[in-house]
Parts: sequence; C-alpha cells; structure tokens
Amino acid sequence: MAETVLGLAAPRRAGLWSDAWSRLRRSRAAWIAALVLAALVLASLVGPSLSAYAVDQVDWTQAALASPPSLDTGHWFGTDANGRDLFVRVWIGTRVSLLVAVLATIVSVVIGVGWGATAGYHGGRLDDWMMRFVDVLYALPYMFFVIILTVVFGRSLVLIFLAIGAVGWLTMARIVRGQSLALRQREFVEAAIALGLPAHTIIFRHVVPNVLGTVIVYATLTVPQVILFESFLSFLGLGVQEPLTSLGRLVAEGALEMETSPWLLLIPSAVLGTILLCLNFLGDGLRDALDPRERR
Amino acid sequence: MTDPAALLQIERLAVRFGTARGPVQAVEDVSLEVLAGECVAVVGESGSGKTQLLLACLGLLAQNGRASGSVRFEGSELLGASEAALNRVRGTGIGLLSQDPASSLTPHLRIETQLVELLLDRGLASTAEARQLAIAGLREVEIAEPEARLRQYPHELSGGMRQRVALAMALMGRPRLLLADEPTTALDVSVQARILELLARVRDRGLALLIITHDLGVVAGLADRVAVMYAGRIVEHAPVEQLFAAPSHPYTAALLAAVPRLHGGDASGRLAGIEGDPPRPGETPPGCAFAPRCKRATTRCTQTRPELRTLPGASDAVACHWPLSAEVELA
Repeated sequence: MAETVLGLAAPRRAGLWSDAWSRLRRSRAAWIAALVLAALVLASLVGPSLSAYAVDQVDWTQAALASPPSLDTGHWFGTDANGRDLFVRVWIGTRVSLLVAVLATIVSVVIGVGWGATAGYHGGRLDDWMMRFVDVLYALPYMFFVIILTVVFGRSLVLIFLAIGAVGWLTMARIVRGQSLALRQREFVEAAIALGLPAHTIIFRHVVPNVLGTVIVYATLTVPQVILFESFLSFLGLGVQEPLTSLGRLVAEGALEMETSPWLLLIPSAVLGTILLCLNFLGDGLRDALDPRERR
Repeated sequence: MTDPAALLQIERLAVRFGTARGPVQAVEDVSLEVLAGECVAVVGESGSGKTQLLLACLGLLAQNGRASGSVRFEGSELLGASEAALNRVRGTGIGLLSQDPASSLTPHLRIETQLVELLLDRGLASTAEARQLAIAGLREVEIAEPEARLRQYPHELSGGMRQRVALAMALMGRPRLLLADEPTTALDVSVQARILELLARVRDRGLALLIITHDLGVVAGLADRVAVMYAGRIVEHAPVEQLFAAPSHPYTAALLAAVPRLHGGDASGRLAGIEGDPPRPGETPPGCAFAPRCKRATTRCTQTRPELRTLPGASDAVACHWPLSAEVELA
C-alpha cells in the first residue's frame, strides 16, 4: 500500500471520534494525565486489599495512634489519631470520591443533555418553560436543597449522587440548549426535518452527537467540581458517613491534626490534588481534540 | 385556476415574519400549481421570497414566520397541519434538495446511516433491504463505488458528490414531488451541469419538480413553466419558451437582458444591469413594486398595484399595467 507518496500521508478514513482520539494521544499532557488517573483508579481498587488492615480497623498497639508513615509497622501512610490505617483509608476515600463524582456527573449529563437538547431543538414556548424551570432551580440555594433531601430520605451514598447530579445538570442543560439552538438552524437539521424524521430521532441522532464534544469536556471539568462539593458536604457532616470516608473528609480531618501529624493532611491532599489536576488536563486535552475548528 | 390533477396547489399563499421592527411580508398572494411529472421553476433575485415560499410548503418556516392561504399536496392541506401529518408527507411525498451540499448532510453520520434513516424510521424496508436501496440510490445519481461511499463521512466527499448524495437522500423515500432550493448555486459549472442532467433524468422518470433559482440557464434547460417573483409576488407566469421569446413583464425582460451572451448584445460589451435595488421586505411601495426601477413606469404604476392577469390571446399571466407583449393595453 502506498501509504506515503512524496511524504504525503494517505488520507485517513477517520471519523470524528477516531480523529479526536488520535489528537488526544498526541497531546502529551492529556495523555500523561489519563495514565496517572488510570493508575489512581487502579490503586483505589486494589490498594485496600494490599494492606493487612481494614478501613474501620483500629490498631490497638501502643505506638499506632497517629504514627507517621513507616514500612515496618505495615502502616505505609501512617495512621490517624484513632489508630486507623491511612493507606487503606486514602484508597477507600479515593474510591468513594471518584464514584460519587462519576455517578453524579453521569446523572447530570443524562438529565442535562436530554433537557437542554429538547428545549433548544424545539425552541419557542417549550424552550421558555423548560429554561424558566432551570432558572428557578438555579435560584434555589442548593445547599438548602441537599439538606432537605438528606433530612427527608436519610443519608446515603446514592442520595449524594442524586443530590449533586440533580443540581449539576442545570449548567449542562444551559450549555447544551445553547448549542442545540444554534444547530437547529443548520441545513442538515433542516434536511432531516424535510425528510420527515420525528423530532426525537433528529434530536438524538443529528443534534446531540454534535454537542457531545462540549458535553464531554464540560463533564470532565464537572468531575473535580463534584469531588470538591462532596468534600464540602462531608465536611459539614452531610456527606459520606463514618466509617466510610472520602478524600474530602480525610483532608478535613487531616487539617485538624496538621501541626502534630502533617501526613494526615498531606497524603490525602496530594491524591486529591493529583486527581483534580489530571482531570483538568484531560478536559483541556479533550477540548482541543474535539474542537471542530482545530480539525484541518 | 384549480386543477384537480395538480400535485401541489399553492393558493394565495402569504408568508409574514414577526420581527422586532414590525411584521415583514416575505411572500404575498402567491398562487402556483405543479402538475404530476411537471417541472416548474420559480425565478427571482435574492430576497424576492422564493425560498420562503418553498419552506412554507413543507412547514419549515422559522419560528417567527406565519404562512396563510393554502398549500395542498394531493388534495390534503399542509398549512397548519400537525407535525405528524406533515411528517407523513415529508420525505415520501415531497422531497427537499437544499442549496448547500456541504451542510445538508449531517457531518458525523456515515452516508449509509443518513440514506437508510428514513426507510428504517418508517419501516419501509428491513436493514438489509435498506442497504441495497441505498446502493441503488447512489448508483442512480451516478456515484461510483457506492458500497465504499456508504462507509464514508460527508467531509470525505467532494462538493459535487455531496450534492448528488443529498439528491439520492431526497429521493430515498420515492417522493412524487421534489422541491429544489437553488440546487446548483454552491457548485462549480461542470458539477452544475451534472446535477441538472440528473434532475432532468429524475423528471423524465415522472417526478414533479419545483425548482427555486436565480439562474435562468437552469430554467431554460429544465422547466416547463416559469414563475418570476419580485418582492414577494409573482409578476409573470408563463411557459418557458414564451418567457424567453417574448417576456411580458419589464422586470422579466430586464432579467433576460442581464444574462451574459457570447454573441450579439450591447456593442460596448457591457452587461445590462437593472438600475436600483429591489425594495427591502416590509418597505414595498403601494403600487407596483418594480415601478421605481422600471423605465415604463407611470403614475398609475406607483399608485395602484397591477394584479396578475392573463392577457387576451396569450398563455401567460403578468402583473403589469403596461405589459411588453400587449401594446393594445396602452389604451
């Protein structure tokens, strides 16, 4: 096959996604961020089983209260003031934080894209009503909303996904709605209408895939926000409950012991910071990879 | 005026847009019909309302647009019909070929997906049948290696090929009428010729065509009848030979004079343009809209609007107080 003639690459048979994928791979920062994230996810999955301790297990040995990181004791990241192993707790916390972040983001993407695309595509009065509803929810102080939810339904992890997701979709809906409104004017949408395709087919096959680039980028940038929000909820005692933990909780607890046991703050903060940084790099890389203006 | 055999009957159609600066009348009092198997062209310059006329037929007007009058396809009213009723006509009854081939195909979908979409959605064919029909459809518009093309994305095709794919897509539902909105404007000359050939062949197979264009060359080669629009109204409506041989409306005559020719014409070698600009929508004068630019205009022209009427002994209809082909009217 004449792949390169006169140094010109043969035209690739690339669609939008494979094109974006190859761009993403060429962006070093995004690629490294993705690898680091994958490593962290892996660590959060297998890490806890590598240690001899459990997440809620207190090491009663004399020296084990708030002991610094050490290889000898088996507490690789040290222990907290209650003698619990930080290594296990950090990875469990990472697991919970990522889980909350990913699920809440999925909730917000599903609702936000559906809502926004429907409003933007139909426009007119339906759009007005749907977006006013979003405005009303925006106006509600959402801490208040989350507190009411936790009071009514009790505290649980699932509730946190739902509560954060239920608030997070508002911005997503606005973004998608704006894009759909613009796409609706494009000729290929008109052509699809002229073909007599039903509205839902046009929305989900012709309009939504065109906004997915933006959606993915925004979603990657939402994940860190959700992690921070979950930390905030946990800090207020509304989030994850002991003995389960999350990175936000660990940081909050570590901050209390900052002067005597700095590792309790530093280690979870480092993990949280790395995750946030990686997600932002990844989001940036994705934005570049999916930006249609960059293409050719 | 009403012919029961008409496939598409447009009667007293008016299209009005509500804008921030008040209503704008884009189309006014247009009546037109397309018989089965016939090709009708609507000619006019930009802003004459010809595209809105076509969009109104399919219920595709922008949200601030309102159409009144009547548009009937095979006897059923399309204006004010429900989306569901319109969707039954769109695609399988009336196809649309739009102006810009580059943007009328959805960029992220393979050609195959777009071609079979309508058939699958209406349950007109199974997946395998639809694929065969798509291949046949591409062959019909003379696309080489249709199987390979099916797997490609629109951006991998040339402009001319995209327009042919768009034509194939519009024909997939086997419509009885094809609306074409300036189907050749965005293409270069050699590609234009091929598209026109294809349209002519489609017409010969019995499909009725309603073509919107500002290119009189397209009209000459394809149309049976021509309606000339100016400022939202039809000013002349005639069989194509007559329109070219003996235009009745001064505007039509001026349009024909503005067509560049290889031989003859003005000795200076300059093109005869039409002085002045068409009236802006919403600012049409009370009399004949063309009067400010017309050399034959009189005070009667600026004060009362001429109605479209058939001249005695002629086969065309013209909206002019002083038509060119009937000097008797001067009395």
